[in-house]
Formats: sequence, C-alpha cells, structure tokens
Amino acid sequence: MSETAGATWVGRSIRRVEDPALVTGRGRFTADLKADLSVRFVRSAVAAGTFADVVLPETMADGAQVFTARDLIDVKPIRSILHRPDYVIVPQPVLADGAVYFVGEPIAAVVAPTEEVAEDIADQVLVDVTPVDAVVDAVAALEPGARAVHAEAPRNVLVEGRFRTDGVTAAFAGAHAVVAIDLVSRRQNALPLEARAGHAAFDTATGRVTLTCTTQMPHLTRTVIADLLGMPELDLRVVAPDVGGGFGQKMSLAPEYVVLVWLARRLRRSVAWIEDRRENLMSSFHSRDQRLHLKGAFDASGKLLALDADVIVNVGAYSAYPMTCGVEPLMAMAEIPGPYDVQEYACIARGVTTNTCPMAPYRGVSRPVITFAIERLMDTAARQLAIDPVIIRDINLIDRFPYRSATGLLIDEGSYRRTLAIAAETIDVAAFRAEQARARLDGRFLGLGFSTFSERTAYGTSAFAARGMETTPGFEAVELVMDPSGTVEARIGTSPHGQGLRTTLAQIIADELGIRPDKIRVVHGDTDRTPYGWGTFASRSLVMSGGASKLAAERIKAKLLTIASQLFEVAEIDIAIEDGTACVVGTDRTLPVEVLARAAYHGVHKFMGKAAPGLVELATYDPNGTFSNACHVAVVEVDTATGRVEIKRFLVVEDAGTLINPMIVDGQVHGGVAQGIANALFEEIVYDSSGTIITTSLADFLVPTAAEIPSIEIRHLETTTDQSLTKAKGLGEGGVIGAPAAITNAISDALAPFGIAINEIPATPQRIRALIRAAEEARS
Amino acid sequence: MKPAPFTYHAPHDLTEAVGLLASLGDDGRILAGGQSLVPTMAFRLALPEHLIDINGIAGLDYLDVSDGVLRIGPLVRHAAFHRPVLAGPLGGLLSFVVRHIAHYPIRTRGTFCGSLAHADPAAEWGLVAATLDASVTARSERGERVVPVAQLFEWIMTTTLADDEMLVEARLPVLAPATRWGFYEFNRRAGDYAMAMALVAFEVTENRIVAPRLGMGGVEGFPRRLAEVEAVLSGRAPNPVLFREAAEAAAAAVDPLEDAQIDLTYRRDLVRAVTERALQRAMTMDRSAGHE
Amino acid sequence: MTDKIAQTLPVTLPVTLAVNGTDYAISVEPRRLLVDAIREECGLTGTHIGCQHGVCGSCTVLVDGVPVRSCLMFAVQVAGRSIRTVEGLSDGETLHPLQRAFMDHHGLQCGFCTPGFLMLAAGALEENPDIDDAELTHILSSNLCRCTGYQNILKAVRAAAVEMKAGG
Repeated sequence: MSETAGATWVGRSIRRVEDPALVTGRGRFTADLKADLSVRFVRSAVAAGTFADVVLPETMADGAQVFTARDLIDVKPIRSILHRPDYVIVPQPVLADGAVYFVGEPIAAVVAPTEEVAEDIADQVLVDVTPVDAVVDAVAALEPGARAVHAEAPRNVLVEGRFRTDGVTAAFAGAHAVVAIDLVSRRQNALPLEARAGHAAFDTATGRVTLTCTTQMPHLTRTVIADLLGMPELDLRVVAPDVGGGFGQKMSLAPEYVVLVWLARRLRRSVAWIEDRRENLMSSFHSRDQRLHLKGAFDASGKLLALDADVIVNVGAYSAYPMTCGVEPLMAMAEIPGPYDVQEYACIARGVTTNTCPMAPYRGVSRPVITFAIERLMDTAARQLAIDPVIIRDINLIDRFPYRSATGLLIDEGSYRRTLAIAAETIDVAAFRAEQARARLDGRFLGLGFSTFSERTAYGTSAFAARGMETTPGFEAVELVMDPSGTVEARIGTSPHGQGLRTTLAQIIADELGIRPDKIRVVHGDTDRTPYGWGTFASRSLVMSGGASKLAAERIKAKLLTIASQLFEVAEIDIAIEDGTACVVGTDRTLPVEVLARAAYHGVHKFMGKAAPGLVELATYDPNGTFSNACHVAVVEVDTATGRVEIKRFLVVEDAGTLINPMIVDGQVHGGVAQGIANALFEEIVYDSSGTIITTSLADFLVPTAAEIPSIEIRHLETTTDQSLTKAKGLGEGGVIGAPAAITNAISDALAPFGIAINEIPATPQRIRALIRAAEEARS
Repeated sequence: MKPAPFTYHAPHDLTEAVGLLASLGDDGRILAGGQSLVPTMAFRLALPEHLIDINGIAGLDYLDVSDGVLRIGPLVRHAAFHRPVLAGPLGGLLSFVVRHIAHYPIRTRGTFCGSLAHADPAAEWGLVAATLDASVTARSERGERVVPVAQLFEWIMTTTLADDEMLVEARLPVLAPATRWGFYEFNRRAGDYAMAMALVAFEVTENRIVAPRLGMGGVEGFPRRLAEVEAVLSGRAPNPVLFREAAEAAAAAVDPLEDAQIDLTYRRDLVRAVTERALQRAMTMDRSAGHE
Repeated sequence: MTDKIAQTLPVTLPVTLAVNGTDYAISVEPRRLLVDAIREECGLTGTHIGCQHGVCGSCTVLVDGVPVRSCLMFAVQVAGRSIRTVEGLSDGETLHPLQRAFMDHHGLQCGFCTPGFLMLAAGALEENPDIDDAELTHILSSNLCRCTGYQNILKAVRAAAVEMKAGG
C-alpha cells in the first residue's frame, strides 16, 4: 500500500487546478474571443417616457447596422413569474418598445466592425423621448396619487407578502419592552471585476448558435433564450467560460444576451458585446435597496417574544429572470427571525416598482439586510434593557435541532451559541471594555459589535417551489465517466466562477473512488457537455454538485469492485480501492484501477451478467437545504471629527460543516467579509430625483482597496448534518451576510456616549458625522 | 467607453509643440501623463480632435535647484518625488504629499506640471503650489510669460492659460531649513481625490509662529492660501487651543463648492479637521524625512 | 457628442510594439488604447479590462519595467519601449516566484484581477526588493479585487518578495 493509505483528500488545502492557466494569463474570458462584429447598445438617457422613432445617423461606417424593437418583432418579452395572487407580471421587452422605464434601458443595438466604431455610431443615434416624471423612491411610489410606473400595477406594488402568526398581537401587548427601529439599506451593485459580456457565433454548417457569455446559469440561459426567440433549444449552445466574478449579478438573464443570439442568427456571423463599466454600474442589476421597520417584543430578561416587520424593497423597473422581483422581499419575510427562537412573527413585505434599474440577487440577497436589521434590533434592545449584547443573543439563539422557524424553515444542526461564545472569548470582551474606557478618556471612540446569523444554503426544489416560481430551480446533476484509461471526467450542472469547484469536487470524488484527484477532471459551463443543472448561486454548488458527485462516484466504485471481484476471484467485501490501486485486503494481490477500467470497456466478457459495460453514472441530488452559521465580531474606531471608521479587528467564527478544502473556505470568508465591509461603509448606487444615476464610474462607486480591508481572523467549527451527503454546508455568502451588522453594531457601540444608533448602510463618514453633530447640538 | 477619434501629433521639440497649439487652437490638447485626460476621453466628456504628445521631447524631465528655487520640467512624473529630490523641508514635504496622489501606477505617468494645468481643485500639487506661492511659465508661439500660481487657477479645471499656451515649467521656493510643515488630507479611500486637504508651513521663533502659510484644497473652485487663518496664527504660540481657533477660522473663511454628495456643513467639518491636523503634524513631523 | 464619425477607413499609424521580447508590427488608429492593442493586435489576452478609466488596475502592464495602466495609454505612444505582460512573466516553462506564490497562498479566485496584480507586484518588487509590509499594502491598494478580500494577495506577494530577495 502507498504511504497515503488511509489518508483522505477531503479536508486538505491542496492547490487549485484552476490556477496555472489563470496566473499565466491563459484564462479564457468572454472578451478574449474574437468576433466578426461588435455590438453596442443605445441606452435610454431618460428614466421614464415614450418615444416614436429611433433616428439613425445619415451615414454610417461600412458594415454597420442598427436594430430596434421593430426588427425584433418576433422576440417574446421576458416574463419572470411567481404564482401568487398578489404578484403582478410586468413583461420586459428585450429592446425598449416605444417606452422607457429606467436610465440605461437598452433601446437599440448597433452592430459595427469594431467597438470604437459601434460606439461612435451609438452616440449619433437619436431617440426623442417624451419624458414623464420619474418615480424614483419606493416610499414615494407607494403614496396615493403616485404615478403608476407600469400600467399593470396601478399601486406600484409588484409583489406583496403577508405573514402573521396568531399570537403576535398578544405578545406585543404583554411585553415588558417593545423596541422599534427603522433601517435603510442603500442600493448596491455586486460589481464583479469582469463586467458582463456575450459572444454569439453562428455556425453556418449546422445552423446552431454558440453563446459564450458571463452567466452563472448556462443551462437555464439556453432554455429561456431559445424560448424567447422561438428557436429549437437544440440549436443553441451556451458556454460559460472563465467568468470574472458573478456574485449573483450574472445569474439573472440579461436582455442583451437575447439580442446577441438573435443578431447571430440574423446576420449569420459572430457578434460580441463587451459591457463597459459605466453600463455595468447603470444598467446591469442592482440589489438591496430596502427600508425596514422592525419591532421586537421582549420580556424583562431580554427574551424575544415576537417580531413585527414591514419591508419595502425598491425592485426597480422590471422583474429579473428567473428569481423575480419577489426574491428580496419574500426572502426577507421568510427569514427575518434569523437564528433566534421566536415563534410569534408578523411581516408585510412589498416589492415596489420605480423607474430605476431592475434589482436581482447579489451575494446573500436579502440576508445581509435582514441580518443588519435584526442584529441592530438586538443591540438596541440590549441597550434599552441594560443587558449585555452577548447575553441577549445567547438567551435567544436556537440550540435544539432541527428547529422549525415561525415561517416553516427547518434549521438543521448548528453551533449558534458556541460560535458566539468562542467569538466573545477570542475577542476578550472584558479587556476590550477596559481599553474602550481608557480610550474614551483620551477622546477616542472604540466600539465592539457582534452579529450572529444563519446562512441558508444548498436548498433544492422544494424550497424554490414554496416560492411559487414558474421556473423552479433546485436539483443538481453530475455525470461521472471513467474512461478505459482510468481517468475520470465529472460533468456538472453548476457553473463555478472562482469558487474552486474543479479542485474541491475532485477531492470529494477522489476519496469516494479511491483514486488521486489529478486523475479527475471537472467539466462545467458548456451546455453541450454537461447535464442540465441550475448553475452557481445561493451557496449551493459544493453541496449539490458534491452530493451528486458522491452518489455517482459510489455507483462507479461499486462497479469497479464488481469488476475487481471477478478479476481477483474473491468476494467484493475483501477488496479495497485506495490511491489508485485495488487490493485484496490482507494480501499483496493488487491491480491498478486502470486495469479495472480497461476491463469495463474492453473486457466486458470478464464480468458479463454481473454489471453493464462501461463506467458512466448520472446522479441527481435535490436536498432540502442546510444552514451554516457564524458569529462575526468587529472592533472599530470612529474619528468623531470626520465620521471616518477604521476597522481595527474583524473576527469570524464560522461553522459550515465539513471543510472540503480549508484554504478555499477561508478565501470565501475573506472575500465575503470584504464585500460586507464595502456594503457597510463604502458602496452605494445613487440616483437623483429625475431618475438619473449619479454613480457612473469607479470614482463615485467606491470599491474598497487593500488599504481599507483589514486582515480577517477566522475560526472554524465543523458541525455535521444529515442534510448534506458530503457533510459540507454552503458558505459562500456568509461573509457578506454578517459583516454589515457587526460593523454597524460596533459603530453604534463606539458612539454610545452620543446616544447614536447606526441604522443605515452604508454608514458613510458624512452620515456618521451628521449624527454626531446633531447629538452634540442637542446636548448644548 | 472608447475615446472618440483624434489626430495624433508627436512633436520633437517645444517649438513644434507650441506651433501645433497655435494652429489648432482649442481643438488641440497636450498629452503628457494622460492620467487625468484619458479617463475623460473614455467617458467622451473630453473630445479633443488633436492630441499633442510631448512625451517624446527630450530634456523636459529636469528637476534642478538654483537660486533658492526648485525648477520642475513638464515631464517630471509624480513618481520622481517618491524619494526626496532635495535635502531639507521641501524635499520631505513633496515626498510625503506625493504618496497621497492616486496610486503608484498613476504616479509613474502623471506629471507635476500636467496636474497644475489640469487644475482639479482636489489635486494635491495644486495645493502645494498655491500654498508655497509657486510660479509657472506659460509658453506659446507668442513667447513666454511667468504666471504666479495665485493667478493661474481660475475655477474648477480652468486656468488662465490661453488655448495656445502650454505650461513648460513650475517653480517652487526652497523652504528655509527651519521650516515646519504639515499636510493632512481627508478622503474616503487611500488615493482618492481630497474632500478637504490642508497644507501649512511656518517657522517657530521663540515659541512664536513666524510667516505662516496655510492653504486649503479640495473645498473650493481652486486651492488657495487662507489669509484669515494665517492672521490668526501669526505671532502666536503654537498650541492645541490656537490650532482649534485656526480651524474654526478656516471653516468660516471657505466658500465650499456645492456638491450633491457632500453637504456644506460636513465640508466645513472636514475643513476644521484637516486644518487642525495639518497644524498638529507641523509640530510633530520629521521635516526632512517626510514622515511622522 | 462627437460630430465626426469614421465614414471611410479610419487613419491608422504604424507602430511596433515590443511585448515580452517579441516585436509586433501593427497599424492602429491613434485612439487605440494600449490595452486593446495588446489584447487584439498582439493577441495577448492575459491583460484584462475591468473599468477602462484607470481605477481598477486589471490592465496593469510593465512599460520599461514600470507598472502603468495600459487603458490610459495609446498604443502609438509606446514605440521603442519595452512592454511586459503576464504572458512574459514566466521564464519559458519556469513560473515566476509571484505566480507560484499566488497559487501557494490562494491569492486568486476568479483570476480576472490577477494579471494586473502580478505585474504591479513584479514592477514594485523589482524596483524595491526590500519593500516593507506597510509599503506593500500601499502599493497593492492600487488595484481592485472583488473575490479575495486582498488578504491572500498580500500574503502571496510577501512570500514571493522573500524568495526573490533570497535569489529565487
């Protein structure tokens, strides 16, 4: 036996197989493909209005053309549907058809030999829009008499969820204390460093189109585009190549992709659209534009008795496909209680349409906002009731499992209280409080903030079906093929774009099959090569593709054992396969796996009747979902003269079950927390009252640099669960879910002497300084 | 976001360069570092029909000290100041300030003179030039003229240079060896343009502030010395109470730009903070080494 | 808005780009950005475009050994200069210590910002092999990354710096 006998690949921080190409500049991103023609979209400069004509320039470069909705008359509009009585369907034409609903909405497609020329022409195209007053703010949109953004929704409400348990009213009436806060989460843009791009190529030999694009959901993209164009789905191939970050923005269907495929078929050439950063800021997808009113009923000991929430989400001009505009409000409604034991709960959550860019999921979706909300509530209650913020969480966190939430979520095994305890101990709260007191004497304001939360991950069809989605995602599929040489190809339906799945799945499969990971190649992203799946989002890929891989690998393993049994002429139970070799246990009789594989194809007679020829298995996995959990702690210093916040320490104590590759896990935490810090302190999409977007460059939309992001300390717990075959839970979104809450709690703690509560994100220096000034003036 | 078309010129000497400016008028722009110009061309906010690239002209990257003046040629890059270019307070000041300018790869291309010609009120060199009473030389086919910096900046991104003039030299006075200086900038992230920045320089004789200079940038249409604040400081003993008084005077003296994102009250708060901190730094700074 | 558009063939200028030791004789419009010439005319797509206005640093290359933002230069400006991109970082099949360090320390996830960081770090370390941590953070704050939170990038560059100083 080799020296690695008994060793596993799962749990090891092996180098990523993705890296050698990427560090040598041999990655293949969508913009790297050559195209015959470049596409540039003419976009609305007006937030709301109607237009009759699109006027083209008098002369255009050779080979240039302009297409509008009139040319795309047979293309169906995008319809993202929830089957709920309160849901209003608003179709979205892929090119604006006589009316515009947000600044940046695509109106025409210019096709030209180069990007530069396409832009020159696009600048010349005139669209005479008769404007109407834009509705920009969601609260204003709800006011009686507000103009209806869409005729289909006279009240500007596209979706409305209501939930109420029977005892809420009584719980509030009998409470020792009622704590109520108003929270604002400003509009975000996931801002992947690679903006969106699409390249559609027509194959004159077959009549098929290959769309290479920055998508997180290649199979669904194929189905929906074929549907909208009325073309056979067999004639469309979608390829997600190397994708430079997605964070959810690239899971939603871009109308631009539909136009590209249409153009490729019409022109019988290859066309490419490379979104620029201004377009991306303005007209990709936005997220997290929410206002919440949150009330908690507490008893004298700080036990949370009931919650009441009113959530208004500004969903923008259209309902993104496939998650719909209901995704943020309805997720808020379902998950606001978070990790706390509270069974009385009421919520009204509305998705309000305005003349702004449509909203779609961004890492964590609603969870960063609702975690911010309930964690601020906990700290506010702690202060009001004079209870320590660690203790108020400890007495309310769930600790018996499975726990059924008020809204029916079944939360599996976790370590909520334990992560909090470890976090508090690691930070050394008492020592911090002493330091804080000393600093205050010097006129310096340090603060400490906690957040505890659950992260719902890897949920399958049943969870999505509960939302009433017309397009119901959920399951995952993996096709595992071992070839006659004994090497394995794993074809997966998820679509990683930085998560390292080609490495981690190989680790899982290697352990299952008893071979080395370098014999396993994971293939993803190409719909011609992979079984139908739902892509990568919602912290699902490792759990779902991992579980399906495990199932498929078990079957292959079983077959290998059957073949080995025939070749060795011993019972299967006496055979082990490890590190690429099958052996009869307790003897020195061995056979390399390659021999078994060869026999599976070229020596079928040797096991005739015992197993089918070949080594191919397709497995699907569709779990209900599993919850990971974490506690974040932030230590900050606030410069009260300017309102600037410095993060002096950030600790994550997280539990995502079994860690497949700890190095990759830590990377996900670092990156998630960085985006959470960005959300808490820096990033904001701003519109003026006319619906014109002001933040149109990276000089306005402030992505933090290495100078702003501190080192993140991480501790891991590994609570295993039955809800995941690999015992791993998802964790990709955790960092961004917990960080804004911890930071705003820390700032509020720092500024407690001023009586200041931070209930708006981002907590910019200007906003913080305004609160300080108001407090100073009130005092004097 | 590709630039609009333009005709490209690469003159071999300054005579050719100003000749082009004369014939092209406001259709021609000088391309030096390009770090401010090219992004505006990417957004198609700037649409120059002609670019006059001076990067190929030899001998324009000179830095020399003579007659108590540091002379800076038009192709001196920001990065040239990373290490002190002369001994004494001026060298230390410049090497401290330069680290606040954008980021390292921008500094390898952007030029000192280009920054002054671009006249962004939030640009650090403009504040240095205004506070130290620098002067520049503007050259055209019609000749050369010396322009004190106080007469150079007209408004945001606007100088008194004529369309046919280019900035061919900047001159900073060498500071006396006993000069204390302090620079403090407030921005959202490292390398961002200043939301407010203050530069102060003075000597202390028998515990009294002598000949103070205090400049404010990033707040108004262009950076300038605040005479009202200098008057508060002059002849007084440096101490925290004085510095707070000076900070209040600065907040009162400025007429901040209106900005959708930054309200006037907050801007004044920043003016207070950067003034006070620049003054504190002047007392604690290691003058020649350029760090605290 | 521009009131001139290219109606016939645009004016192009010949320029030879010396990239990674190879000459590329190309003919481009003056407005052709250096990053586009590297990617298109030279076919070296390792250098990426993340913002096109000089903020994100994905387009960072070395020109005469110095890191620059190739989206802020025009191709016609670099005749006679020596350009180095990520494709020229390794020595044949031998990876540069920075490339190995990024792999060892998980300094990349999606890989889009990576070439820019590699060239930035390569230029900075070649200029100042004794760079300290504070200075390194200052330099690396030049570029944006959305995936890693920078922590492992810093770790990787530090490790490479140690190796490069030791003569690795």
